[in-house]
Amino acid sequence: MKLITAIIKPFKLDDVRDALSGVGVTGLTVTEVKGFGRQKGHTELYRGAEYVVDFLPKTKIEVAVSDRLVEAAIEAITKAANTGKIGDGKIFVYDLGQAVRIRTGESGDEAL
Amino acid sequence: MSISGFKSKYTYITSALLLLVGMVMPSVALADELNSGDTAWLLTATALVLFMTIPGLSLFYAGMVRSKNVLSVMMQCFAITCMVSVMWALFVYSLAFDTTGMEAGVTNFNSFVGGLNKAFLSGLTVDSLVAAIPESVFMTFQMTFAIITPALIVGAFAERMKFSAMLLFMAIWLVVVYAPICHMAWSGDGALMWDWGVLDFAGGTVVHINAGIAGLVACLVLGKRKGYPTTAMPPHNLTMTLVGAAMLWVGWFGFNAGSALGANSTAGMAMAVTQLATAAAALTWMFSEWLTHGKPSVLGIASGAVAGLVAITPASGTAGPMGALLIGVASGAGCFYASVKIKRAMGYDDSLDVFGVHAVGGIIGAILTGLCAAASMGGSGLAEGVSIGGQLVTQFKGVLFTVLYTGILSFIILKVLDILIGLRVTEDEETEGLDVVLHDERGYNL
Repeated sequence: MKLITAIIKPFKLDDVRDALSGVGVTGLTVTEVKGFGRQKGHTELYRGAEYVVDFLPKTKIEVAVSDRLVEAAIEAITKAANTGKIGDGKIFVYDLGQAVRIRTGESGDEAL
Repeated sequence: MSISGFKSKYTYITSALLLLVGMVMPSVALADELNSGDTAWLLTATALVLFMTIPGLSLFYAGMVRSKNVLSVMMQCFAITCMVSVMWALFVYSLAFDTTGMEAGVTNFNSFVGGLNKAFLSGLTVDSLVAAIPESVFMTFQMTFAIITPALIVGAFAERMKFSAMLLFMAIWLVVVYAPICHMAWSGDGALMWDWGVLDFAGGTVVHINAGIAGLVACLVLGKRKGYPTTAMPPHNLTMTLVGAAMLWVGWFGFNAGSALGANSTAGMAMAVTQLATAAAALTWMFSEWLTHGKPSVLGIASGAVAGLVAITPASGTAGPMGALLIGVASGAGCFYASVKIKRAMGYDDSLDVFGVHAVGGIIGAILTGLCAAASMGGSGLAEGVSIGGQLVTQFKGVLFTVLYTGILSFIILKVLDILIGLRVTEDEETEGLDVVLHDERGYNL
């Protein structure tokens, strides 16, 4: 099992969610985060005080998938979140040691 | 016609005439008799001026600080409102407006401050009058001015002052600075600035230069906020600030037009010039920012409006509409420059630009009042024998006196309090935020 974390541009969330459904990944967790990579921030002005704001709002998606779906999920996210411009985001893949469905107690691939 | 028919015809005509006279009479102000039109307006104006402090100024300031300090600013304004109200009734109204011992052209102790003959509002009854309005209304109206003046100062030391020290400072300041300046400008013949002929219709000197200079002194004595100017401290809620500015604008009609102390033509013109100066100043700040920074901002246009409101205050009873536009443009530009350029260059942390807007705006307005009062500038006309140059010198005298008086005394009060109880919260407390540290509360529990 793998835990896929993807940082994407917030307006791409719906596209990515649909794309993941399309390859059979139906559950996901979404967090609002801020960060930057190579994308430049912007300046804000308040009565003569200029602030450079480096952090940009991003959306973090986490999905736990069984090994057989990993490649398809990565491809789905990449295609759906891509705009071609700097700041599209990144995908990180972690090994997932265990997963449990709380309601039923199922574990492993059955829990995903 | 029979005799009874003749009589009834004349009764009819007489009644009609009396009715006509009765409709006209209310607008005729009879000395020492209550005029219901004037009273109704002053009752309303009092409410409007209180509205300027709570919620107007409270929201205006609260939106500009960081969210961890939002309650502290509102608490300061609200607490000042309550404390000043009580102190005003107890003895400060007397210090400001008691005229015992005062004589036109005579300079004595009472030229600087009133006595205690009106302490505990002694002599003020349900029926006592000031001009054509009840004294109770006049007293409360003036109270709202005494409330907003200290409340303005809180902007200068926002986010770092102890609540207890603030309350003590304001209490002392009200008695030692506000009451005398108010007395000197407004109590009538024998008062220092009144006898000089200083024109200050609604408080350019008494309220704005006063608070603005006290604010500058306070921010210098307290020192900069931790992390200023390198740490970003953007306003946490500009929607609140804009709403607050709008409330100030609307309430200011009570401030300026109410200072006519009657529902009359002076009040009418005061309202008109207030609107024009404010609009002109807001546009000027907006365009200045657009030109120098590249984009117009909400904080800018709101600040510009307040700058215009401040500057027109002393001139509201004497300037004409075109003079008001001039005052607006001058204050919009001057306050923009002071708040944006000069502040950054000098490095002081006047957190919410109390000096930049109120002192600078007040000074610009006070000086231009002398110019715009002239009939040639569309104003109501200068006093007999007074030239524009002469009036300008008088205005300058009033400004200089107020700046020195307020500056020196505010400094002394602050320094003494600093030694006795300390003015600032600790660094850790400042980082955590005043709401939690001073009030055990959070503004937002989202």
